[in-house]
Amino acid sequence: MIRIPFTLIGMYLSMVAFSQTRPTEDSLYKNRKLTVDEVNFVSGYYQQDGNNSAVTGGIGSEKLTDFANTIELKLSKYDRKYRKHNLAFEVGIDHYTSASSDKIDPHTISSASMSDTRFYPSASWSIQNEKKGTTIGVSASFSNEFDYTSIGIGTSFTKTSKNQNTEFVGKLQAYLDTWKVIYPVELRTTQSIRGEEHEDDYPSAPRNSYSASFSLSQVLNKKLQVLLLAEPTYQTGLLATKYQRVYFSDGSLQAETLPDKRYKIPVGVRANYFAGDRFIIRSFYRYYSDNWGVKAHTIDVEMPIKITPFVSISPFYRFYKQSAADYFAPYGQHVISENYFTSDYDLSKFTANMLGAGFRLAPPKGLCGMKTWSSLELRYGHYNRSDGLQSNIVSLHLKFK
Amino acid sequence: MQTKRFTAQMLTALAAIVTITSCQPVKEYQKQHLNDTEMELSSRKVQKFESNFQSYREAASGANGGKTGGGCGCN
Repeated sequence: MIRIPFTLIGMYLSMVAFSQTRPTEDSLYKNRKLTVDEVNFVSGYYQQDGNNSAVTGGIGSEKLTDFANTIELKLSKYDRKYRKHNLAFEVGIDHYTSASSDKIDPHTISSASMSDTRFYPSASWSIQNEKKGTTIGVSASFSNEFDYTSIGIGTSFTKTSKNQNTEFVGKLQAYLDTWKVIYPVELRTTQSIRGEEHEDDYPSAPRNSYSASFSLSQVLNKKLQVLLLAEPTYQTGLLATKYQRVYFSDGSLQAETLPDKRYKIPVGVRANYFAGDRFIIRSFYRYYSDNWGVKAHTIDVEMPIKITPFVSISPFYRFYKQSAADYFAPYGQHVISENYFTSDYDLSKFTANMLGAGFRLAPPKGLCGMKTWSSLELRYGHYNRSDGLQSNIVSLHLKFK
Repeated sequence: MQTKRFTAQMLTALAAIVTITSCQPVKEYQKQHLNDTEMELSSRKVQKFESNFQSYREAASGANGGKTGGGCGCN
């Protein structure tokens, strides 16, 4: 008996609510068909060399090349309530060759680990309520290579102020990963029945990563805006790379062993300033700390110079400094009584400098006579680490709108 | 050491207060500079693979639009 009046009241209130939020004349023209907003192609070639390979215990070639490509498709449509639905699909494929990975089993003529291909599709969906200034979204990703599979899920919430000068973004992300436990050949207890590497021969172990990200951006004046960002992360599972060797002071050998839990706290700030009419200063600072004893500082400064409103060059410089993880020691310096040990120089104390420049072309009538080809960006960077590792990266971004 | 850390925290807090309180309201029509593509408060798309290799080659990651771990064999 009592349900009928409540239902009627509910229907009445819904009608009142919808009549009050009735869209204005302008918003009736919002496109309710699914339209392609943007297509992005990003391609990168990375090359490095050094002499502290973790696979061979902190000595040996770190030569590696990686060719990576992604294509991203962004779509949108408005629904009946005039909310904007944003959809994005991305597919990536990387191919790498690594001299050190081939040393996992140096007796093979060409092991599967000498080169590998990673395939990683992802999708995201968000609903933007322009009136309320809120956006909620979900995302999913997958990644697969010979020894590593990852499934990622995420959710996000955005709140923008009425005057569009302040924005808060909160994100939660989880990666549920599985990787094959591959030991260096001399530490394997059982030999492959077939006498060659096969993915069924290795046991698997989980590695899960959970992160929360909070950012607050603020327009300070007509030419300056800042962003504060914190991203605490918790990782659990197999965090050591078991095919990386550690040689002890007594000459014995073991596989890298690290704690199965890691807490990371990175906090960052970005500030972008438009100086005059031609110069932009993009700056970034990050402080990082984790429970493995690593503390790091990153400073990044980039200065796009607008040669014309549609052509710019962007020289940049990045400085990075980190302390060593508690479990790091170079080749032959660990003692056998230690519980955790690694000779991976990525966890050692070092400083790194990166210098490079970007070039951006975005003519209003499009590139090569194609109106839809809205911009081209090319970027090169040289990276130099204090332990001798050097690398070069060149990237290309083509945007179609 | 603790005094040094306390001073650093106080300076950071002071900088944050000065920054936040010095905001000037900016109208949409005044944002031609702020809306420039190169003023975006995020990494550029062309930096995507740079962030990736840095998360492999350095122990620190996150708070830069890239990953903080997971999704690949990186740190």
